[in-house]
Formats: sequence, C-alpha cells, structure tokens
Amino acid sequence: MSDTPAPAPQSRLRRAWDSDFTWSFRHAPVAIVSSFVVLVLILAALLAPLITPHDPFNPATLNLMNGFTPPGQANAFTGDTFILGTDDQGRDVFSTILYGMRISLFVGFAAVLLAMVIGVTLGLLAGYLGGWVESIIMRVADVQLTFPAILVAMLIFGIAKGITPPEYRDQMAIWVLILAIGLSDWVQFARVVRGATLVEKSKEYVQAARLIGRSPFSIMLRHILPNVLNPVLVIATISLALAIIAEATLSFLGVGAPPTKPSLGTLIRIGQEFMFSGEWWILFFPALALLALALSINLLGDWLRDALNPRLR
Amino acid sequence: MLAYIIRRVAQSILVLLVVGLVAFAMFRFVGDPIDNMLGQERTQADIERLREQLGLDQPFIVQYWRFLEQAIQGNFGLSYRQGRPVSDILIERLPATLELAVVSGLMALVGGIALGIFTAIRRRGVSANVIMTLSLVGVSLPTFLIGILLIYLFSVELGWLPSFGRGEVTDLGWWTTGFLTESGLKALILPAITLGLYQMTLIMRLVRTEMLEVLRMDYVRFARARGIRERAINFRHALKNTLVPVITITGLQLGSIIAFAIITETVFQWPGVGLLFINAIQFVDIPVMAAYLMLISVMFVGINLIVDMLYFAIDPRLRADRTQGGH
Repeated sequence: MSDTPAPAPQSRLRRAWDSDFTWSFRHAPVAIVSSFVVLVLILAALLAPLITPHDPFNPATLNLMNGFTPPGQANAFTGDTFILGTDDQGRDVFSTILYGMRISLFVGFAAVLLAMVIGVTLGLLAGYLGGWVESIIMRVADVQLTFPAILVAMLIFGIAKGITPPEYRDQMAIWVLILAIGLSDWVQFARVVRGATLVEKSKEYVQAARLIGRSPFSIMLRHILPNVLNPVLVIATISLALAIIAEATLSFLGVGAPPTKPSLGTLIRIGQEFMFSGEWWILFFPALALLALALSINLLGDWLRDALNPRLR
Repeated sequence: MLAYIIRRVAQSILVLLVVGLVAFAMFRFVGDPIDNMLGQERTQADIERLREQLGLDQPFIVQYWRFLEQAIQGNFGLSYRQGRPVSDILIERLPATLELAVVSGLMALVGGIALGIFTAIRRRGVSANVIMTLSLVGVSLPTFLIGILLIYLFSVELGWLPSFGRGEVTDLGWWTTGFLTESGLKALILPAITLGLYQMTLIMRLVRTEMLEVLRMDYVRFARARGIRERAINFRHALKNTLVPVITITGLQLGSIIAFAIITETVFQWPGVGLLFINAIQFVDIPVMAAYLMLISVMFVGINLIVDMLYFAIDPRLRADRTQGGH
C-alpha cells in the first residue's frame, strides 16, 4: 500500500488527464455512472430549497386536504398534482425526500469526518510513537471491534439521550447521531493508518527528517500523513455508505433523527405504517433514494479501492 | 498453547470488566438513581436514607465492585419502565432471540457454503454471475429494507406469511418455543431470512474467494493431473482447506447476528431482547440497557474465545507461530 503512486500533480490539466487514476476512471463505466448518481443526489440535496415545490416543514404551505395524493395524479379535492405523491399530512414526498437526504448526507459526512480525524490521529500516534501509547490505543480498538459498530452507535445514542435534558433531545438528536456513528467507526481508520505508519516510519525520508531535528509531530503531520492518505480515502468512501446506512437504520428504529427533522430513515419509518393500507409511495420513494445513495457510494468505493491499489491491476 | 489460552482468557475478562465499568457508569451517572426511584414527594431524610441504602455514599471502586457482585448473580435491579426485575424480563425474552438467531445462522451457513462452492466451480457460468451480482445488491441493502420488502411481498401482496409477532408459542416452563406450532414456524420464516441474508452473502463470497484461491494451488493441479475426479477434488481437497477462515468468520458473525437481531426484531415486532433494548433506548430505561449490554458482551466475548480456540485446534500450522510471537 505504501508504494502506491500518488495521483499525478494537478499543476497541468493534461498530466492529470493522462494519469493512471483518471485513466482507470475513464475506463470504468460503473465508476462514471455511480459518481454521476452521487453527484446528482448531493446537488439535489444541497439545492433542496430551490428545487422543491414547497418547504415540507413549513406548516403554512401545507394543506391537509392534499393528504394521500397518489404520485402523478391530481388530488380529488384540491386538484393539486405531486410527482411522487403526498404523505398523510399532505406533505410533498419529493420535497421531504430531498430535505431528508440533506440530513442523511450531512450526518453521514460529518460522522465519517469525525471518525477519520479520531482514527487517523490515533493511528499516527500509535504507529509512530509505539510503546505504551500504541498498546493502549490498539487495545481499546480491539475491545471496540468485538462489538458491531451499529450496536456501539445505539449504545452511545442511548447514553447521550439519557444525559441531555428531555426538552433539548429533539434538537440535539442530529449531533448525537453524528457523535454516535463517528465514535463507532474510528477503529478501521486507526488500524490502517497505524499499519501504514509502521511501514513509512522505517523509510529513509523519515529517518532523514528525524536526523535534521524535525519534531515528531511535524514528521507525523508533514511527512507521514500525506503518504498514508490513499487507504484512508478508500476507507472513508466505504465508511460514508456505511454511515448513511447506519444513520438510516438508527432513525428507522426510532433512535435517530426525530420526525420533526426527518432523515431518509425516519421517512421510511413513517412510510412503513402506510404500507398495509396501500399508500405504497410514502415508503417506496424514500427507500429507493436511500438505496440509490448507498449503492452508488459503495460501487464508487469499490472502484476506488481497486484504482488506488496497484497490486490488484 | 496453555500460555496462549491463559492470555486470551485474561484478555476476555479484562474486556468484560471494561464493559461492566461502562454499564456501571450508565447506572451511576446517566440520570440520578435517587430521582428515578423516589417520586416527587420526598424529604431530605428520604434521600439520605436511600443514598445510604444503595451504597451511593461509598467510594467509586467499592460501588463498582458491588455492582459487579450483583451483576454476576444476575441482579440488575428494576426496569424503570416496567417496574419488574430486569433479569426476569430478559429471561422471558431470550428464547425468542436465540431461536431466531440459531435458525438464521444455520440458514446463512448452509446456504452460504453451498452457493459459494457453486459460484466458485461454475465461475464463468451465467447463473453464478447472476448470483454474484445479486449478492452485491444484497450487501448494499440495509437489513431493515430487506425486511420491509419481504413483508410487502409475502404479507401484504401474497398474504402467505404473518408480518409481525412470533405466532403461537409453546411454554416449556423455562423456555418458550415457536418450533412446535404451525403459526410459530410460519412467523419465523420472514425474520430468519431477513436476518440471515446478509451473513449468507458474506459467507458465500468468502467461500468463493477461498475456493478460487485453493483451486489454483499446485496440489489441486497435481490431483487433477493424477486423474482424480473433479468432484473429489472440489469437495475432498479444496473445500476442506477453505473451511478454516469460514469457521472464524461464521463464529464472529454469530455476534453480529445477535446485534442485527435488534433491527430484525423491530421490523417484525418479534418479542426478543433486541426489541426490548430498542424500547429501552427510546424510554431511557437504564437498567435494561445496562443489563442487555452485559448479556451481549458475555455472549460476544465467549464466542470470540471459542472461535480462537477452534481456529487453533483446526489449523496445526498456527500453533507454532502463536505460542511464540503473540498475535
């Protein structure tokens, strides 16, 4: 992993275009399609206030008479049409999905960022310093790895919920989710970074830096970190899909985003109630959005892993 | 060998002590236990008396030790929500989860190995490729969506199977089982598939990769050159050598099955410990959460320990390395 060539310098567009990395991207239709889907979904979520016909969380724009309008058909009372139909309260499903995706993506990105910062820091420290620092960090990682991440996240969520006063719980839920998923996911990063750091540590450039009297922290940050980032990028992409699914799962189970700030998981939870009475669209479209998001990020991560690992070519 | 076992057991005990500390900290610091036990009408004297009675005036270490003593005896106090001893509730709920976990685990193992062998032997076949593609989709599908999909197909549209609950159960005194009634068996099908599918795809992919690796080995090539029948090569030579990693992963997956049972149980309203745990989180029922945490850690750590020992017993090559250099 250590001798992976870094993507060519971006100084010249031409060179970047000719690099191995872009070459393998241009020749992987799966990667092109999935990154296109991811981009479209992210853009749609970011621009939700501009795209959506109305703000689903502003009660003033809602009309209860519009409840349960099937997708693409005019409502029997008001004559309004909604592309993906409406839910029980007359909220446009298309709008709630875009707003829900915003929350899902935000929680996903923030949680992965948190996990990455914690994991990379601890991995660098463990790998470079060794000794008791390493033993403690890796022992904690081992203990946490004994338990599935989703369980750890649930537990952290439960404890945090117990600590926050009831009147703040709904407001804090999103941040608690990020904390829970982020803390449940750092181990992967720490392990990989530690392994890569151990390899880099013995190389000549690090020894040279040490000889000229660079401090350990500057060596870790300026010299080792840039060289261990490739695997981190791969894990981050795969973790993003996992984090989005974890968030959806927690919200679906009712221990995540509250109904006042629904993520895709919360929407699926709400939609499930109407599955038995035939209003399938309230469930179906959020589920489809979640699936498209998770699957395309997964496929992108798969491709990235192969592209950044020359041994697999 | 003995040193290794002793070290692993010591490690496991350490893990359990740490988990116990987390559980104890939850009791002690998440919300005030006194608040939870006394109602609105209380005097300072009441509070002092209860504080002393519960031992809350003792040093932290002493309290932790007492908590462990109680926990080992299975005493986790009363559920805040139901007002009954937590251990009673857990014992009542455990059979449902264990039956579900065992059935889906077996399904994942048998189905995963069979499909793994099939896709490895018929590597270029159309059906093998279809199965592989489907498995990729299966890995990306969140468990709860699989459950909802199955409910939609088999309960809502076709009406063949029940969408929630455990059906009729037979009470054996210390165990309730759904295996003995038709409705119990019917109710088990969808949750078991939901829970087992992910593990099945995992085992299948692992068996396939390992098989392909082994089939490329020299001894397989020589066996083929010696004119041994294809079937004997596949099953007697190749399969046996793929089983070591499969056993490890399966063992470790048993833990995930119990954890993912939380999701499946919620989708199907299956009355097991997982559903109990989710409800406990929703209502911040600390004793139930702590007890569930301890219960599941004992299971996980036990499974990990057994898997390590098994690994050790099955593959003689590992013995020499492990006793010398640690891992």
